[in-house]
Amino acid sequence: MAAHTAHVVEVRGLVTRFGPTLVHDGLDLDVRQGEILGVVGGSGSGKSVLMRAIIGLQPAAAGTIRVFGEEVRAGALALSSDLTRRWGVLFQGGALFSGLTVAENIQVPLREFLHMPERLMDEIAAYKVAMAALPADAGPKYPAELSGGMKKRAALARALALDPELLFLDEPTAGLDPIAAQAFDSLILTLARSMALTVFLITHDLDTLHSICDRVAVIADRRIVANAPLAEVRRVDHPWIRDYFSGPRGRAAGAAHARGHAEAAGA
Amino acid sequence: MDTPVEVEELEDAGGRVVRLRGALTVTEAARLDSLLAAAAAQPGPLAIAIADVERIDTVGAFVLHRLVRDRPQTRILGADAAAERLLAEVAAADRPCAVRPQAPPLWKKELEDLGRYMVEAFRTMGASLAFVGLTVVSFWHALGSRRGIRWGAVSVQMEQAGVAALGIVGLMSFLIGIVIAQQGYVQLRQFGAEVFVVNLVGRATFRELGVLLTAIMVAGRSASAFAAQLGTMKLTEEVDAMRTLGLDPVEVLVLPRTIALVLMMPLLGFYASILAIAGGGLFTWTVMDIPPASFVRRLNEVVPMSDFWMGMIKAPVFGAIIAIIGCFQGLQVVGTAESVGQRTTIAVVQAIFLVIVLDAFFAVFFTAIGWD
Repeated sequence: MAAHTAHVVEVRGLVTRFGPTLVHDGLDLDVRQGEILGVVGGSGSGKSVLMRAIIGLQPAAAGTIRVFGEEVRAGALALSSDLTRRWGVLFQGGALFSGLTVAENIQVPLREFLHMPERLMDEIAAYKVAMAALPADAGPKYPAELSGGMKKRAALARALALDPELLFLDEPTAGLDPIAAQAFDSLILTLARSMALTVFLITHDLDTLHSICDRVAVIADRRIVANAPLAEVRRVDHPWIRDYFSGPRGRAAGAAHARGHAEAAGA
Repeated sequence: MDTPVEVEELEDAGGRVVRLRGALTVTEAARLDSLLAAAAAQPGPLAIAIADVERIDTVGAFVLHRLVRDRPQTRILGADAAAERLLAEVAAADRPCAVRPQAPPLWKKELEDLGRYMVEAFRTMGASLAFVGLTVVSFWHALGSRRGIRWGAVSVQMEQAGVAALGIVGLMSFLIGIVIAQQGYVQLRQFGAEVFVVNLVGRATFRELGVLLTAIMVAGRSASAFAAQLGTMKLTEEVDAMRTLGLDPVEVLVLPRTIALVLMMPLLGFYASILAIAGGGLFTWTVMDIPPASFVRRLNEVVPMSDFWMGMIKAPVFGAIIAIIGCFQGLQVVGTAESVGQRTTIAVVQAIFLVIVLDAFFAVFFTAIGWD
């Protein structure tokens, strides 16, 4: 048991397949307590499938997945509520319930798991809306009335409704403009630090990796080929990693980040 | 999972002190709130000591913050750096925010609903008439265009809406045939006129029931399917994508479905009538001892050809109505998954209603022209 405490998520020998297509083949991954782990990989390399496997939505052909030391099995009628209450998930499209307002979306987990006075629940929803940096008038709006960035924030607020210890984010900044993406990054960082969250973050965004991730896990060839702080990952000799970080975008993001550091040091 | 909150009240030189233990987390928030409310009921200075709590999250911090905010002379003691930060965060985030859109008073809402309903009803009536016109226009357009009518799509729809319905439509008609024969037999026997069961089954099915029941079944199966398909395509912006590619959604989506139902409905209606007759025949054979050969000969004598044509004239009209209403409602979907559900329901209800209304018009019309 003691061995598990340091690792919030432990994946061992994971094999997943869609029919004849092998997505993961003996994948191992650890997510440490309190870190922000960035997961990168090419399109179709199985990042989202890995997340879905960890949260029990995608059955594994082989291997074990433990979250908080408890084994996750997909296909069990419902996951143990102890587990689902300790994690929050932000899906790529937000996956807000379209028939409920933003504030009601945030209240869904509260209403489902806890008995609370209505007034307290309304106030909790209100401060969660504010913590996700949404304007106050977003509370009574329906998801269809929100912009893409606001949907993501609202989905983040719902993911954080039960004050989880572990947060899964699937491409949180995809589809946002650079300014909104940066604001979202710093929001995640602030929330993660103040709520002592462990974050599993799937991203394509090099700037996100530079600015908020403690470690970076790279999925290629159906397994994790590197899992280390960014500076070390960049030095790993793997064709995909080389292409990823030394392509024009990779270099630009790296340079911008280095410049930011220099300026911060200078000031 | 979390240790329950415990409260201990002490007297201190500066006033009362409430010492909290356990976890100040979201699971304990409701209990914490009621315990604090009880402790805060008396006026006077109050200090809340949280040095001994084992865990605190934003909800716990918010409940504490709320008490400090709403009750004067209250302060929090013994917060460590993390708790201090959480308290500051929730204090910064605390601002009023409505949960639901503001609801007007009931009488106003009812009036508004009535008005909106009336306007909507007239608008829908106009829009659906326009849509019928649009479908006809795009039919002519498709006939004249180089691409022509999309027969591939038509045949797919014919299979889904027609061939796939054979089982259920057949079973339903067969059973209805038996029921009509049986009920007719029980009543007519009182006058010694059992033999008229053949007239009843033959004329009722060809004139009315065969096609009408088929239309209701097809409305339930296909109007809903069309509305849901097109509604979902509208939600996922497929319909918009089509327009930008220069494709006319009416020509690509609505026309094949409409043509498919116009072609399939007479076939299904005839098939349903035959199976209903077979059901009635089975009953007269087994219960009334009328052999099948006599049943068919008698049928031939009493059912005029006009009955058959009545059914066959009505069927394509019903098919067109069902398809157009299903597609029209599907294209009215906006925004949410809920809207798909609403539109699908409306499509089925309107299609069945209109089929029955039209059937009544046809009945009057055919009588007026002397087909009786």
